[in-house]
Amino acid sequence: MRLALAFVNSLLAFLVLGLFVKARPILANESILDLLLSSSWHPLKGEFGFYPFVMGTLAVTAIAMILAIPICLLSAIYLSEYSHRRFRDIVRPIIDLLAGIPSVIYGFWGVIVIVPLVRALGHALGSPTTGYSLLSGGIILAIMVFPIILSVTTDVLRSVPTEATEASMALGATRWETVKHVILKSARRGIMAAIVLGFARAFGETMAVLMVVGNVPKVPTSLFDPAYPLPALIANNYGEMMSIPMYDSVLMLAALVLLLVVAAFNLGAQLFLIGMERRS
Amino acid sequence: MQASLGIVLLVLAAILVVVVVRGASSLSLSMIFQTPKGGYYLGKEGGIANAIVGSVYLAVGGSILALLLSLPTALVLQREYTGHRLATFTRLCLDALWGTPSIVYGAFGFVIMRYLGLSASLLGGIIALSLVMLPIMARAMEEAVRMVPLQLKEVSYALGTTRLETTTSVVLRQALPGIMTAVVLAFGRGIGDAASILFTAGYTDYIPRSLFDPTASLPLAVFFQLATPFPEVQRRAYAAALILLIIVLVASLSARLLSHRFSKHIIR
Repeated sequence: MRLALAFVNSLLAFLVLGLFVKARPILANESILDLLLSSSWHPLKGEFGFYPFVMGTLAVTAIAMILAIPICLLSAIYLSEYSHRRFRDIVRPIIDLLAGIPSVIYGFWGVIVIVPLVRALGHALGSPTTGYSLLSGGIILAIMVFPIILSVTTDVLRSVPTEATEASMALGATRWETVKHVILKSARRGIMAAIVLGFARAFGETMAVLMVVGNVPKVPTSLFDPAYPLPALIANNYGEMMSIPMYDSVLMLAALVLLLVVAAFNLGAQLFLIGMERRS
Repeated sequence: MQASLGIVLLVLAAILVVVVVRGASSLSLSMIFQTPKGGYYLGKEGGIANAIVGSVYLAVGGSILALLLSLPTALVLQREYTGHRLATFTRLCLDALWGTPSIVYGAFGFVIMRYLGLSASLLGGIIALSLVMLPIMARAMEEAVRMVPLQLKEVSYALGTTRLETTTSVVLRQALPGIMTAVVLAFGRGIGDAASILFTAGYTDYIPRSLFDPTASLPLAVFFQLATPFPEVQRRAYAAALILLIIVLVASLSARLLSHRFSKHIIR
Protein backbone atom coordinates (compact mmCIF):
# COMPACT_ATOMS: atom_id res chain seq x y z
CA MET A 1 0.00 0.00 0.00
CA ARG A 2 2.85 2.36 0.85
CA LEU A 3 4.31 1.65 -2.56
CA ALA A 4 1.18 2.83 -4.32
CA LEU A 5 1.16 5.96 -2.18
CA ALA A 6 4.79 6.66 -3.00
CA PHE A 7 4.04 6.21 -6.69
CA VAL A 8 1.11 8.63 -6.59
CA ASN A 9 3.10 11.20 -4.65
CA SER A 10 6.02 11.11 -7.04
CA LEU A 11 4.07 10.80 -10.29
CA LEU A 12 4.01 14.55 -10.85
CA ALA A 13 7.79 14.67 -10.47
CA PHE A 14 8.13 11.72 -12.86
CA LEU A 15 6.00 13.52 -15.42
CA VAL A 16 8.15 16.64 -15.22
CA LEU A 17 11.39 14.64 -15.24
CA GLY A 18 10.40 12.37 -18.13
CA LEU A 19 9.37 15.28 -20.34
CA PHE A 20 12.39 17.35 -19.28
CA VAL A 21 14.85 14.63 -20.26
CA LYS A 22 13.29 14.48 -23.72
CA ALA A 23 13.14 18.27 -24.03
CA ARG A 24 16.78 18.79 -23.06
CA PRO A 25 18.34 18.55 -26.54
CA ILE A 26 16.40 21.61 -27.73
CA LEU A 27 16.99 23.48 -24.48
CA ALA A 28 20.71 22.87 -24.88
CA ASN A 29 20.57 24.59 -28.26
CA GLU A 30 18.36 27.54 -27.51
CA SER A 31 17.18 29.33 -24.42
CA ILE A 32 13.59 28.83 -23.36
CA LEU A 33 12.85 32.55 -23.65
CA ASP A 34 14.08 32.68 -27.25
CA LEU A 35 11.87 29.72 -28.08
CA LEU A 36 8.79 31.18 -26.41
CA LEU A 37 9.20 34.63 -27.93
CA SER A 38 10.26 33.77 -31.47
CA SER A 39 7.48 33.56 -34.02
CA SER A 40 9.31 31.80 -36.83
CA TRP A 41 7.97 28.26 -37.04
CA HIS A 42 9.86 26.34 -39.73
CA PRO A 43 10.57 22.84 -38.42
CA LEU A 44 12.37 21.82 -41.62
CA LYS A 45 14.87 24.66 -41.20
CA GLY A 46 15.21 23.88 -37.52
CA GLU A 47 13.42 27.05 -36.40
CA PHE A 48 10.97 26.41 -33.62
CA GLY A 49 9.30 29.61 -32.41
CA PHE A 50 6.48 28.95 -29.95
CA TYR A 51 5.15 32.51 -29.92
CA PRO A 52 2.16 31.97 -32.27
CA PHE A 53 1.14 28.88 -30.32
CA VAL A 54 1.49 30.53 -26.94
CA MET A 55 -0.57 33.48 -28.17
CA GLY A 56 -3.12 31.11 -29.71
CA THR A 57 -3.51 29.27 -26.41
CA LEU A 58 -3.78 32.47 -24.38
CA ALA A 59 -6.26 34.06 -26.81
CA VAL A 60 -8.57 31.07 -27.00
CA THR A 61 -8.46 30.60 -23.22
CA ALA A 62 -9.13 34.29 -22.61
CA ILE A 63 -12.19 34.26 -24.87
CA ALA A 64 -13.47 31.16 -23.11
CA MET A 65 -13.07 32.79 -19.70
CA ILE A 66 -14.73 36.05 -20.78
CA LEU A 67 -17.74 34.06 -21.99
CA ALA A 68 -17.86 31.56 -19.14
CA ILE A 69 -17.27 33.68 -16.04
CA PRO A 70 -20.40 35.89 -16.12
CA ILE A 71 -22.65 33.02 -17.12
CA CYS A 72 -21.30 30.71 -14.41
CA LEU A 73 -21.27 33.37 -11.73
CA LEU A 74 -24.88 34.38 -12.34
CA SER A 75 -26.00 30.75 -12.57
CA ALA A 76 -24.21 29.93 -9.32
CA ILE A 77 -25.79 32.89 -7.54
CA TYR A 78 -29.19 31.77 -8.75
CA LEU A 79 -28.60 28.16 -7.73
CA SER A 80 -27.24 28.91 -4.29
CA GLU A 81 -29.33 31.92 -3.23
CA TYR A 82 -32.58 32.04 -5.17
CA SER A 83 -33.58 28.61 -6.40
CA HIS A 84 -35.57 26.02 -4.53
CA ARG A 85 -33.56 23.26 -2.92
CA ARG A 86 -35.33 20.60 -4.94
CA PHE A 87 -34.45 22.42 -8.16
CA ARG A 88 -30.81 22.51 -7.10
CA ASP A 89 -30.84 18.79 -6.45
CA ILE A 90 -32.10 18.20 -9.98
CA VAL A 91 -29.70 20.61 -11.70
CA ARG A 92 -26.54 19.42 -9.92
CA PRO A 93 -26.41 15.95 -11.53
CA ILE A 94 -27.22 17.50 -14.92
CA ILE A 95 -24.20 19.78 -14.62
CA ASP A 96 -22.10 16.75 -13.67
CA LEU A 97 -23.35 15.10 -16.84
CA LEU A 98 -22.02 18.04 -18.82
CA ALA A 99 -18.63 17.47 -17.19
CA GLY A 100 -18.59 13.82 -18.23
CA ILE A 101 -19.13 14.32 -21.97
CA PRO A 102 -15.93 13.39 -23.88
CA SER A 103 -14.03 16.23 -25.49
CA VAL A 104 -14.28 14.79 -29.02
CA ILE A 105 -18.05 15.03 -28.67
CA TYR A 106 -17.75 18.71 -27.81
CA GLY A 107 -15.48 19.09 -30.83
CA PHE A 108 -17.89 17.18 -33.03
CA TRP A 109 -20.78 19.36 -31.88
CA GLY A 110 -18.65 22.43 -32.45
CA VAL A 111 -17.92 21.43 -36.05
CA ILE A 112 -21.62 20.81 -36.76
CA VAL A 113 -23.21 23.70 -34.83
CA ILE A 114 -20.76 26.41 -33.76
CA VAL A 115 -18.52 26.59 -36.84
CA PRO A 116 -21.40 27.35 -39.28
CA LEU A 117 -22.83 29.87 -36.81
CA VAL A 118 -19.50 31.68 -36.53
CA ARG A 119 -19.11 31.58 -40.31
CA ALA A 120 -22.54 33.22 -40.72
CA LEU A 121 -21.71 35.76 -38.04
CA GLY A 122 -18.40 36.58 -39.73
CA HIS A 123 -20.11 37.17 -43.05
CA ALA A 124 -22.77 39.32 -41.43
CA LEU A 125 -20.10 41.45 -39.77
CA GLY A 126 -18.11 41.78 -42.99
CA SER A 127 -15.12 39.65 -42.04
CA PRO A 128 -15.35 36.49 -44.14
CA THR A 129 -14.17 33.39 -42.33
CA THR A 130 -14.31 29.63 -42.70
CA GLY A 131 -15.80 29.46 -39.21
CA TYR A 132 -12.79 27.49 -37.97
CA SER A 133 -11.58 30.33 -35.80
CA LEU A 134 -10.51 31.68 -32.45
CA LEU A 135 -14.12 32.50 -31.61
CA SER A 136 -15.34 28.94 -32.29
CA GLY A 137 -12.55 27.54 -30.12
CA GLY A 138 -13.37 30.02 -27.37
CA ILE A 139 -17.08 29.19 -27.40
CA ILE A 140 -16.46 25.43 -27.21
CA LEU A 141 -13.92 25.88 -24.41
CA ALA A 142 -16.32 28.13 -22.49
CA ILE A 143 -18.94 25.38 -22.61
CA MET A 144 -16.37 22.83 -21.45
CA VAL A 145 -15.36 24.86 -18.39
CA PHE A 146 -18.96 25.63 -17.37
CA PRO A 147 -19.28 22.58 -15.10
CA ILE A 148 -16.07 23.10 -13.13
CA ILE A 149 -16.48 26.84 -12.56
CA LEU A 150 -20.18 26.48 -11.83
CA SER A 151 -19.88 23.65 -9.33
CA VAL A 152 -16.94 25.12 -7.40
CA THR A 153 -18.55 28.58 -7.31
CA THR A 154 -21.87 27.16 -6.08
CA ASP A 155 -20.04 25.33 -3.28
CA VAL A 156 -18.12 28.45 -2.30
CA LEU A 157 -21.26 30.62 -2.25
CA ARG A 158 -23.12 28.08 -0.17
CA SER A 159 -20.32 27.98 2.37
CA VAL A 160 -20.85 31.66 3.26
CA PRO A 161 -22.17 31.57 6.86
CA THR A 162 -25.94 32.00 7.16
CA GLU A 163 -25.41 34.43 10.06
CA ALA A 164 -23.77 36.92 7.73
CA THR A 165 -26.66 36.72 5.27
CA GLU A 166 -29.24 36.97 8.04
CA ALA A 167 -27.50 39.97 9.61
CA SER A 168 -27.57 41.75 6.28
CA MET A 169 -31.26 40.95 5.76
CA ALA A 170 -32.04 42.09 9.30
CA LEU A 171 -30.52 45.46 8.45
CA GLY A 172 -33.13 45.76 5.73
CA ALA A 173 -30.99 44.86 2.73
CA THR A 174 -32.77 43.23 -0.18
CA ARG A 175 -31.77 39.82 -1.39
CA TRP A 176 -29.74 41.25 -4.27
CA GLU A 177 -28.01 43.78 -2.02
CA THR A 178 -27.10 40.96 0.32
CA VAL A 179 -25.69 38.94 -2.56
CA LYS A 180 -23.73 41.91 -3.85
CA HIS A 181 -22.34 43.31 -0.61
CA VAL A 182 -22.13 40.29 1.69
CA ILE A 183 -22.03 37.01 -0.17
CA LEU A 184 -19.92 37.95 -3.18
CA LYS A 185 -17.59 39.93 -0.98
CA SER A 186 -16.85 37.15 1.47
CA ALA A 187 -16.71 34.50 -1.27
CA ARG A 188 -14.54 36.42 -3.70
CA ARG A 189 -11.34 34.50 -3.02
CA GLY A 190 -13.12 31.19 -3.50
CA ILE A 191 -14.61 32.49 -6.74
CA MET A 192 -11.11 33.44 -7.88
CA ALA A 193 -9.99 29.88 -7.17
CA ALA A 194 -12.91 28.51 -9.19
CA ILE A 195 -11.94 30.73 -12.10
CA VAL A 196 -8.31 29.65 -11.91
CA LEU A 197 -9.36 25.99 -11.93
CA GLY A 198 -11.46 26.67 -15.02
CA PHE A 199 -8.57 28.52 -16.62
CA ALA A 200 -6.23 25.57 -16.03
CA ARG A 201 -8.76 23.20 -17.55
CA ALA A 202 -9.19 25.40 -20.63
CA PHE A 203 -5.46 25.93 -21.07
CA GLY A 204 -4.71 22.25 -21.60
CA GLU A 205 -7.82 21.13 -23.47
CA THR A 206 -6.78 19.51 -26.72
CA MET A 207 -9.13 17.62 -28.96
CA ALA A 208 -12.25 19.78 -28.90
CA VAL A 209 -10.31 22.98 -29.58
CA LEU A 210 -8.14 21.33 -32.20
CA MET A 211 -11.24 20.35 -34.16
CA VAL A 212 -12.72 23.86 -34.45
CA VAL A 213 -9.87 26.36 -34.17
CA GLY A 214 -8.38 26.13 -37.68
CA ASN A 215 -4.75 25.33 -36.80
CA VAL A 216 -2.79 27.98 -38.72
CA PRO A 217 0.54 28.83 -37.04
CA LYS A 218 0.14 32.62 -37.07
CA VAL A 219 -0.57 35.07 -34.28
CA PRO A 220 -4.33 35.69 -34.58
CA THR A 221 -5.38 39.34 -34.92
CA SER A 222 -9.16 39.02 -34.94
CA LEU A 223 -11.83 36.81 -33.43
CA PHE A 224 -12.49 35.30 -36.85
CA ASP A 225 -8.85 34.40 -37.54
CA PRO A 226 -7.76 30.80 -37.16
CA ALA A 227 -5.37 30.08 -34.29
CA TYR A 228 -3.10 27.21 -33.25
CA PRO A 229 -2.93 26.45 -29.52
CA LEU A 230 -0.04 24.49 -27.96
CA PRO A 231 -1.96 21.28 -27.16
CA ALA A 232 -3.16 21.12 -30.77
CA LEU A 233 0.44 21.50 -31.94
CA ILE A 234 1.45 18.41 -29.97
CA ALA A 235 -1.54 16.36 -31.09
CA ASN A 236 -1.25 17.26 -34.77
CA ASN A 237 2.42 16.58 -35.27
CA TYR A 238 3.16 13.30 -33.54
CA GLY A 239 3.27 11.67 -36.98
CA GLU A 240 6.18 13.73 -38.27
CA MET A 241 7.87 13.84 -34.90
CA MET A 242 10.38 11.13 -35.70
CA SER A 243 11.36 12.25 -39.19
CA ILE A 244 12.58 15.78 -38.49
CA PRO A 245 15.58 16.32 -36.19
CA MET A 246 14.78 17.96 -32.83
CA TYR A 247 11.06 17.90 -33.58
CA ASP A 248 10.25 15.34 -30.88
CA SER A 249 12.31 17.31 -28.39
CA VAL A 250 10.38 20.48 -29.26
CA LEU A 251 7.00 18.79 -28.87
CA MET A 252 7.99 17.32 -25.52
CA LEU A 253 9.08 20.78 -24.45
CA ALA A 254 5.64 22.05 -25.44
CA ALA A 255 4.07 19.32 -23.28
CA LEU A 256 6.38 20.27 -20.41
CA VAL A 257 5.43 23.95 -20.63
CA LEU A 258 1.77 22.97 -20.66
CA LEU A 259 2.21 20.70 -17.65
CA LEU A 260 4.09 23.29 -15.60
CA VAL A 261 1.63 26.12 -16.30
CA VAL A 262 -1.44 24.00 -15.60
CA ALA A 263 0.03 22.36 -12.49
CA ALA A 264 1.07 25.76 -11.08
CA PHE A 265 -2.42 27.19 -11.55
CA ASN A 266 -4.11 24.08 -10.17
CA LEU A 267 -1.90 23.83 -7.10
CA GLY A 268 -2.31 27.56 -6.44
CA ALA A 269 -6.09 27.33 -6.60
CA GLN A 270 -6.23 24.20 -4.43
CA LEU A 271 -3.96 25.64 -1.74
CA PHE A 272 -6.21 28.68 -1.74
CA LEU A 273 -9.33 26.56 -1.24
CA ILE A 274 -7.65 24.51 1.51
CA GLY A 275 -6.65 27.71 3.28
CA MET A 276 -10.22 28.95 3.09
CA GLU A 277 -11.59 25.73 4.54
CA ARG A 278 -9.17 25.94 7.43
CA ARG A 279 -10.16 29.51 8.27
CA SER A 280 -13.90 28.81 8.26
CA MET B 1 -29.63 34.84 -13.56
CA GLN B 2 -32.26 32.38 -14.73
CA ALA B 3 -31.23 33.26 -18.27
CA SER B 4 -27.60 32.31 -17.71
CA LEU B 5 -28.52 29.02 -16.08
CA GLY B 6 -30.89 28.56 -19.00
CA ILE B 7 -27.98 28.99 -21.41
CA VAL B 8 -25.99 26.27 -19.63
CA LEU B 9 -28.89 23.82 -19.67
CA LEU B 10 -29.85 24.71 -23.23
CA VAL B 11 -26.32 24.04 -24.47
CA LEU B 12 -26.35 20.62 -22.81
CA ALA B 13 -29.71 19.82 -24.39
CA ALA B 14 -28.45 21.03 -27.78
CA ILE B 15 -25.37 18.77 -27.56
CA LEU B 16 -27.43 15.72 -26.67
CA VAL B 17 -30.08 16.40 -29.32
CA VAL B 18 -27.61 17.05 -32.14
CA VAL B 19 -25.51 13.97 -31.38
CA VAL B 20 -28.55 11.71 -31.00
CA VAL B 21 -30.43 12.98 -34.08
CA ARG B 22 -27.39 13.01 -36.37
CA GLY B 23 -26.07 9.75 -34.98
CA ALA B 24 -29.33 7.81 -35.06
CA SER B 25 -29.88 8.52 -38.75
CA SER B 26 -26.50 7.04 -39.67
CA LEU B 27 -26.37 4.20 -37.19
CA SER B 28 -26.88 0.68 -38.51
CA LEU B 29 -26.16 -2.88 -37.46
CA SER B 30 -23.25 -3.21 -39.87
CA MET B 31 -21.71 -0.10 -38.29
CA ILE B 32 -21.62 -1.87 -34.95
CA PHE B 33 -20.71 -5.40 -35.95
CA GLN B 34 -18.33 -5.07 -38.92
CA THR B 35 -14.74 -3.96 -39.14
CA PRO B 36 -13.76 -1.63 -42.00
CA LYS B 37 -13.64 -3.35 -45.40
CA GLY B 38 -11.51 -2.34 -48.40
CA GLY B 39 -12.27 1.23 -49.50
CA TYR B 40 -14.06 1.96 -46.22
CA TYR B 41 -12.50 5.38 -45.93
CA LEU B 42 -13.78 6.24 -49.40
CA GLY B 43 -17.32 5.44 -48.34
CA LYS B 44 -17.50 1.70 -49.07
CA GLU B 45 -18.74 -1.08 -46.78
CA GLY B 46 -17.80 -1.78 -43.22
CA GLY B 47 -18.30 -0.59 -39.67
CA ILE B 48 -16.48 0.53 -36.58
CA ALA B 49 -16.45 -2.70 -34.58
CA ASN B 50 -12.67 -2.32 -34.41
CA ALA B 51 -13.04 1.01 -32.60
CA ILE B 52 -15.79 -0.19 -30.25
CA VAL B 53 -13.89 -3.30 -29.18
CA GLY B 54 -10.60 -1.36 -29.04
CA SER B 55 -12.12 1.30 -26.81
CA VAL B 56 -13.54 -1.30 -24.44
CA TYR B 57 -10.18 -3.09 -24.25
CA LEU B 58 -8.36 0.18 -23.57
CA ALA B 59 -10.79 1.42 -20.95
CA VAL B 60 -11.09 -1.93 -19.16
CA GLY B 61 -7.30 -2.39 -19.16
CA GLY B 62 -6.78 1.18 -17.99
CA SER B 63 -9.37 0.76 -15.23
CA ILE B 64 -7.72 -2.42 -13.94
CA LEU B 65 -4.27 -0.83 -13.89
CA ALA B 66 -5.61 2.33 -12.24
CA LEU B 67 -7.55 0.24 -9.70
CA LEU B 68 -4.37 -1.59 -8.69
CA LEU B 69 -2.85 1.75 -7.75
CA SER B 70 -5.88 3.69 -6.50
CA LEU B 71 -7.31 1.18 -4.07
CA PRO B 72 -4.14 0.80 -1.97
CA THR B 73 -3.63 4.55 -2.13
CA ALA B 74 -7.15 5.25 -0.92
CA LEU B 75 -6.85 2.73 1.92
CA VAL B 76 -3.43 3.86 3.08
CA LEU B 77 -4.65 7.45 3.30
CA GLN B 78 -6.72 6.47 6.35
CA ARG B 79 -5.78 8.12 9.59
CA GLU B 80 -4.39 4.88 11.06
CA TYR B 81 -1.75 4.65 8.38
CA THR B 82 -0.89 8.14 7.23
CA GLY B 83 -0.39 11.39 9.08
CA HIS B 84 -2.47 14.44 8.32
CA ARG B 85 0.32 16.27 6.50
CA LEU B 86 1.21 13.48 4.13
CA ALA B 87 -2.46 12.81 3.43
CA THR B 88 -3.07 16.48 2.58
CA PHE B 89 0.00 16.45 0.35
CA THR B 90 -1.25 13.36 -1.48
CA ARG B 91 -4.68 14.88 -1.98
CA LEU B 92 -3.03 17.96 -3.40
CA CYS B 93 -0.94 15.81 -5.74
CA LEU B 94 -4.04 13.96 -6.89
CA ASP B 95 -5.86 17.23 -7.54
CA ALA B 96 -2.94 18.51 -9.60
CA LEU B 97 -2.79 15.22 -11.52
CA TRP B 98 -6.54 15.41 -12.11
CA GLY B 99 -6.12 18.79 -13.71
CA THR B 100 -3.15 17.76 -15.85
CA PRO B 101 -4.18 17.84 -19.55
CA SER B 102 -4.54 14.40 -21.06
CA ILE B 103 -2.26 15.37 -23.97
CA VAL B 104 0.54 15.62 -21.39
CA TYR B 105 -0.17 12.06 -20.27
CA GLY B 106 -0.13 11.08 -23.92
CA ALA B 107 3.29 12.68 -24.42
CA PHE B 108 4.59 11.13 -21.19
CA GLY B 109 3.18 7.73 -22.15
CA PHE B 110 5.00 8.10 -25.44
CA VAL B 111 8.27 8.79 -23.60
CA ILE B 112 7.79 5.66 -21.49
CA MET B 113 6.97 3.59 -24.57
CA ARG B 114 10.13 4.70 -26.33
CA TYR B 115 12.06 3.88 -23.19
CA LEU B 116 10.58 0.36 -23.06
CA GLY B 117 11.01 -0.09 -26.81
CA LEU B 118 7.26 -0.36 -27.49
CA SER B 119 5.53 1.02 -30.57
CA ALA B 120 1.94 2.29 -30.61
CA SER B 121 0.03 -0.58 -29.05
CA LEU B 122 -2.82 -1.65 -26.81
CA LEU B 123 -0.39 -1.83 -23.89
CA GLY B 124 0.92 1.69 -24.52
CA GLY B 125 -2.63 3.02 -24.69
CA ILE B 126 -3.59 1.22 -21.49
CA ILE B 127 -0.59 2.69 -19.64
CA ALA B 128 -1.34 6.26 -20.77
CA LEU B 129 -5.05 5.88 -20.09
CA SER B 130 -4.48 4.44 -16.62
CA LEU B 131 -2.52 7.60 -15.75
CA VAL B 132 -5.49 9.71 -16.85
CA MET B 133 -7.87 7.57 -14.77
CA LEU B 134 -5.67 7.23 -11.68
CA PRO B 135 -6.36 10.62 -10.05
CA ILE B 136 -10.11 10.47 -10.79
CA MET B 137 -10.41 7.00 -9.33
CA ALA B 138 -8.12 7.50 -6.35
CA ARG B 139 -9.75 10.78 -5.31
CA ALA B 140 -13.26 9.34 -5.51
CA MET B 141 -12.23 6.19 -3.61
CA GLU B 142 -10.49 8.19 -0.95
CA GLU B 143 -13.73 10.13 -0.36
CA ALA B 144 -15.59 6.83 -0.04
CA VAL B 145 -13.08 5.41 2.44
CA ARG B 146 -13.13 8.62 4.46
CA MET B 147 -16.93 8.38 4.78
CA VAL B 148 -16.71 5.12 6.76
CA PRO B 149 -17.88 6.05 10.28
CA LEU B 150 -15.12 6.18 12.86
CA GLN B 151 -17.27 4.45 15.50
CA LEU B 152 -17.57 1.41 13.27
CA LYS B 153 -13.82 1.12 13.02
CA GLU B 154 -13.46 1.65 16.75
CA VAL B 155 -15.90 -1.19 17.44
CA SER B 156 -13.78 -3.41 15.23
CA TYR B 157 -10.57 -2.35 16.99
CA ALA B 158 -12.20 -2.92 20.38
CA LEU B 159 -12.70 -6.53 19.36
CA GLY B 160 -8.94 -6.84 19.07
CA THR B 161 -8.47 -6.73 15.29
CA THR B 162 -5.37 -5.36 13.60
CA ARG B 163 -5.36 -2.40 11.23
CA LEU B 164 -5.21 -4.70 8.23
CA GLU B 165 -8.10 -6.87 9.44
CA THR B 166 -10.27 -3.84 10.05
CA THR B 167 -9.36 -2.40 6.67
CA THR B 168 -10.12 -5.55 4.71
CA SER B 169 -13.22 -6.74 6.54
CA VAL B 170 -14.89 -3.52 7.72
CA VAL B 171 -13.65 -0.54 5.74
CA LEU B 172 -13.51 -2.28 2.38
CA ARG B 173 -17.02 -3.65 2.77
CA GLN B 174 -18.45 -0.35 3.94
CA ALA B 175 -16.78 1.61 1.18
CA LEU B 176 -17.57 -0.91 -1.57
CA PRO B 177 -20.37 1.09 -3.23
CA GLY B 178 -18.19 4.18 -3.31
CA ILE B 179 -15.28 2.19 -4.67
CA MET B 180 -17.40 0.73 -7.45
CA THR B 181 -18.76 4.16 -8.28
CA ALA B 182 -15.20 5.45 -8.50
CA VAL B 183 -14.24 2.69 -10.94
CA VAL B 184 -17.25 3.29 -13.17
CA LEU B 185 -16.71 7.05 -13.07
CA ALA B 186 -13.08 6.69 -14.14
CA PHE B 187 -14.09 4.16 -16.81
CA GLY B 188 -16.51 6.68 -18.27
CA ARG B 189 -13.88 9.39 -18.34
CA GLY B 190 -11.23 7.09 -19.74
CA ILE B 191 -13.27 5.67 -22.59
CA GLY B 192 -13.96 9.16 -23.92
CA ASP B 193 -10.41 10.39 -23.70
CA ALA B 194 -8.70 10.87 -27.04
CA ALA B 195 -5.59 12.97 -26.49
CA SER B 196 -3.80 10.44 -24.26
CA ILE B 197 -4.18 7.51 -26.66
CA LEU B 198 -3.46 9.46 -29.83
CA PHE B 199 0.26 8.61 -29.83
CA THR B 200 0.20 5.61 -27.57
CA ALA B 201 -2.50 3.30 -28.96
CA GLY B 202 -2.34 4.25 -32.63
CA TYR B 203 -5.20 3.33 -34.96
CA THR B 204 -5.90 0.25 -37.04
CA ASP B 205 -8.70 -1.41 -39.00
CA TYR B 206 -8.37 -4.67 -37.10
CA ILE B 207 -9.42 -5.85 -33.68
CA PRO B 208 -6.20 -6.25 -31.63
CA ARG B 209 -5.11 -9.84 -30.91
CA SER B 210 -2.39 -9.10 -28.37
CA LEU B 211 -1.23 -6.35 -26.04
CA PHE B 212 1.36 -5.32 -28.60
CA ASP B 213 -1.01 -4.70 -31.52
CA PRO B 214 -2.06 -1.15 -32.34
CA THR B 215 -5.64 -0.46 -31.27
CA ALA B 216 -8.45 1.67 -32.68
CA SER B 217 -10.75 3.62 -30.38
CA LEU B 218 -14.11 5.37 -30.58
CA PRO B 219 -12.96 8.93 -29.82
CA LEU B 220 -10.30 8.70 -32.49
CA ALA B 221 -12.81 7.12 -34.88
CA VAL B 222 -14.96 10.24 -34.44
CA PHE B 223 -11.96 12.49 -34.88
CA PHE B 224 -10.43 10.86 -37.96
CA GLN B 225 -13.67 10.19 -39.80
CA LEU B 226 -14.97 13.71 -39.27
CA ALA B 227 -11.76 15.04 -40.81
CA THR B 228 -12.23 13.21 -44.12
CA PRO B 229 -13.75 15.08 -47.07
CA PHE B 230 -16.32 12.36 -47.89
CA PRO B 231 -19.86 12.88 -46.54
CA GLU B 232 -20.45 9.10 -46.31
CA VAL B 233 -17.45 8.72 -44.02
CA GLN B 234 -18.39 11.80 -42.01
CA ARG B 235 -21.79 10.29 -41.34
CA ARG B 236 -20.00 7.36 -39.74
CA ALA B 237 -18.33 9.79 -37.39
CA TYR B 238 -21.84 10.81 -36.30
CA ALA B 239 -22.67 7.19 -35.54
CA ALA B 240 -19.39 6.70 -33.67
CA ALA B 241 -20.09 9.83 -31.60
CA LEU B 242 -23.54 8.53 -30.68
CA ILE B 243 -22.18 5.14 -29.60
CA LEU B 244 -19.49 6.85 -27.52
CA LEU B 245 -22.03 9.19 -25.91
CA ILE B 246 -24.32 6.28 -25.05
CA ILE B 247 -21.46 4.36 -23.40
CA VAL B 248 -20.40 7.42 -21.38
CA LEU B 249 -23.95 8.26 -20.29
CA VAL B 250 -24.67 4.65 -19.32
CA ALA B 251 -21.46 4.59 -17.28
CA SER B 252 -22.34 7.85 -15.57
CA LEU B 253 -25.93 6.76 -14.80
CA SER B 254 -24.87 3.35 -13.53
CA ALA B 255 -22.31 5.00 -11.26
CA ARG B 256 -25.23 6.89 -9.71
CA LEU B 257 -27.48 3.84 -9.48
CA LEU B 258 -24.69 1.68 -8.08
CA SER B 259 -24.03 4.03 -5.23
CA HIS B 260 -27.77 4.16 -4.44
CA ARG B 261 -28.31 0.44 -4.65
CA PHE B 262 -25.34 -0.78 -2.67
CA SER B 263 -25.69 1.81 0.04
CA LYS B 264 -28.73 -0.16 1.27
CA HIS B 265 -26.51 -2.84 2.76
CA ILE B 266 -24.33 -0.45 4.67
CA ILE B 267 -24.31 0.04 8.41
CA ARG B 268 -24.69 3.67 9.30
